[in-house]
Amino acid sequence: MKYEPVIGLEVHVELNTKSKMFCRCSADYFGKQPNTHTCPVCLGLPGALPFTNKEAIKKCLQIGLALNCKVVDLSRFERKIYFYPDLPKGYQISQYRWPLCVEGWLEVEDKDGKVSKIKINRVHQEEDTGKLSHIGGVTLIDYNRSTVPLVEIVTEPDFTDPSQVKDYAKKLQQIFRYLGVSSADMERGDMRLEANVSVRPAGQKELPNYRVELKNINSFRFMTAAIEYEIKRQIEALEKGEKLTQETRGWNEAKRDTYLQRSKEEAHDYRYFPEPDISELRVKSDELRIKEEIVELPNRKAKRFVADYGISRQNAQVLVDSKELAGYFEEAIKLGREKQLKPQEIANYIVNQKIKLASKDQVLRAVEDLAGKRVGILEDEVKIEKIVAEVIFENPNSVEDYQKGKLNALQALIGGVMRKTQGKVNVEKVRRILESKLQN
Amino acid sequence: MSDSDLTKLTLIETIKGLKNKQFSGEELNNTYRERIKQLNPKLNAYLWTAEKSSGIPAAIKDIIITKNIPTTAGSKILEGFIPPYDATVIERLKVKGIGVVGKTNCDEFAMGSSGENSAYGVAKNSWDLSKVPGGSSSGSSAAVASDMCVFALGTDTGGSIRQPASLCGVVGLKPSYGRVSRYGAIAMASSFDQIGPITKTVADARQVLEWISGPDGYDGNCVEEGFRVKGKGYGENLKGLKVGIPKEYFGKGLDQGVEKVVREAIKKLEELGAEIVEVTLPHTEYGIAAYYIIMASEVSSNLAKYDGIRFGGTRDKFGDEAKRRIMLGTFALSSGYYDDYYAKAARVRTLIKEDFAKAFEKCDVIVGPVSPTVAWNLGEKTQDPLTMYLSDAYTIPASLAGIPGLSVPCGFVNNLPVGLQILGKYMDEETILNVGEVYEKATSWHKEKPKI
Repeated sequence: MKYEPVIGLEVHVELNTKSKMFCRCSADYFGKQPNTHTCPVCLGLPGALPFTNKEAIKKCLQIGLALNCKVVDLSRFERKIYFYPDLPKGYQISQYRWPLCVEGWLEVEDKDGKVSKIKINRVHQEEDTGKLSHIGGVTLIDYNRSTVPLVEIVTEPDFTDPSQVKDYAKKLQQIFRYLGVSSADMERGDMRLEANVSVRPAGQKELPNYRVELKNINSFRFMTAAIEYEIKRQIEALEKGEKLTQETRGWNEAKRDTYLQRSKEEAHDYRYFPEPDISELRVKSDELRIKEEIVELPNRKAKRFVADYGISRQNAQVLVDSKELAGYFEEAIKLGREKQLKPQEIANYIVNQKIKLASKDQVLRAVEDLAGKRVGILEDEVKIEKIVAEVIFENPNSVEDYQKGKLNALQALIGGVMRKTQGKVNVEKVRRILESKLQN
Repeated sequence: MSDSDLTKLTLIETIKGLKNKQFSGEELNNTYRERIKQLNPKLNAYLWTAEKSSGIPAAIKDIIITKNIPTTAGSKILEGFIPPYDATVIERLKVKGIGVVGKTNCDEFAMGSSGENSAYGVAKNSWDLSKVPGGSSSGSSAAVASDMCVFALGTDTGGSIRQPASLCGVVGLKPSYGRVSRYGAIAMASSFDQIGPITKTVADARQVLEWISGPDGYDGNCVEEGFRVKGKGYGENLKGLKVGIPKEYFGKGLDQGVEKVVREAIKKLEELGAEIVEVTLPHTEYGIAAYYIIMASEVSSNLAKYDGIRFGGTRDKFGDEAKRRIMLGTFALSSGYYDDYYAKAARVRTLIKEDFAKAFEKCDVIVGPVSPTVAWNLGEKTQDPLTMYLSDAYTIPASLAGIPGLSVPCGFVNNLPVGLQILGKYMDEETILNVGEVYEKATSWHKEKPKI
């Protein structure tokens, strides 16, 4: 039987607000002396109360709107009750029945370049917990992270391939950084992924009656590997006639397999109920204003680059990788215009030569270098063809390699042409001429 | 001025006396501390008293956080807990020159109507040492009634200021929910808890409310402006005031003696010029059930932090009532039960709120008994939690609705005090305080003192 994976993703992202979600302690806790960013509220002392950080709510709404969600009319915080030593109140303030944003979507690309829409179920606001360190037989608790704002983004089970998951996670990270709501660093734990994976017979419409939650995986690569492994494991189990059940599994990078962390029987009943310490949130009226404030996001920016500057989609995607790079690229275009450089040339130059653009100086230098190269640039196709012919004649081995299918060999031939012309020739033009000559 | 004359002074009189240098702050504190030393062994109103004190001596319910002063919430689980911060109300009182003369006994985590759920022994009713003082602000009410402080702070979740004030013959005010910051009040049921004054007169309660109310940036539900004393109110009479009498507060279960006293008080209000109108609060009978579900649900999460990891003792230190409510709440919130219990109770709460809104279209205040009976014998109801719960039937609806309520002494039954409950519109403490004050000036019940 053929099986198809059903995958949903939960992403937690820590917001970079100045103060914590429910108190005035600094939220910038990373690498700080343990338990120095604490107060009665984030320590959960008797008598303390949460006081909502409006900046965090705004950033949560920005994320929701960037992911094409609707802002609800009425939202509430709720208490999620469970016991764990890193949770000083005995419950986490989260959202369950009344999330801030619902029903969004994001376009993702799989490994073959196929684009599909992933539906987003919800974007909600909650608080982080403290941090446990198990050292030499004792467990230490650091509450610096306690009640740092956290946003959770939950998709529908719309992914059918691990490569889509990876693209989704990367796009989310990019969006968080564009919005400036989080540094979204996986290694620091600013961004955390949890995948729900199950498989069903290809063509089946209903969702499988179980799902395996993959937790505590802190890199895109490991997550992809874990999902791939899990799909394989589940298909094998089903083929052997085994029954799969709800469980939580972790990823063992050394063994490159997943392992059982918690079975269904150990699942929590969180006993959610409305957080009585915090009034209802009615933020629908802020929607328009926040929407207007949102910066141009990578997807739209890339489309604009293609339309306005005539650069290739691939180049555009590289150039919008960060808001900063995209900004410098546009500056380079402006500077280049005075030197008769076309946006396409600049894009090719930056992308192909991997030019670093991280400051105004670097932008200026890149444009001047490119303009300098262009002085006396060889445009005459007949002359170029002649040089290409020479290079082909002088490098029979590379030609043979290429014709056997080693496409890399073309690079050596292009290099030969560039050397003979001191780089004063358009790479794409050389490639085109070489390819057509070698095919004959 | 003799010592007992000094401790009889109201807050307003004490402020005046200090200002006019009739006595010094030191004299005042020494006198109160001496009286506490004499009386507290009999009454067990205080769990902790100051060795040295200054300012105007106030008694603070031990569920309110006081920096560097042990705070137990009447529970063994917090025995030895010394908070590193002050509740907002304490900070505000300190600025006004008020000192904490002692921390008062209360039912464990404010769960009780008799004071008997305190893990540190019951406080006694100063009118009769064999009777309960009411609860949960048992020690605060007993301390005010016996002149062991100038005034006290209590907390009211389902009646815990009004009911003991009624049973001890003192004034108790539960402000509107959101009027006073709860920051530093150890949470019992967060959507009900409210800090308020227990005082010798209505004017004193008004003064304390003015001091402690208003937003502080720590309680997200306390956003309204602080209460400010305005104008002269009704002065000597109640002309133009409409007093609503809910028939549901005079039904089965109300002690005949208490009913008689309360009806006389209503007659007095009429004599003072008020117009008496009948109102109905049809969902009153569902109040206790709804309250016990929502309150217990909140309790079950609020007490989750007492795990013995960072402060306090282990969970076996919880008393029976705390355990009972943790279990009730945990059950009510469990998967599959939420809609039948919590969600339904929340709907009843809305209906009760609407009852009051409708009733207040016809009147300015609603008046009735605080408690169906006067103070009962120690131990009388401890074996029957349900009977104990029913004693809060007249105070709980206002707690569900979040409206303010005042208890004013209005007479005696068998030499035990009876309180008149005056309920007001949301955030309209001014009217109930004015009505209470006009009534108080026209009567002398508040001047009666227990003989201890």
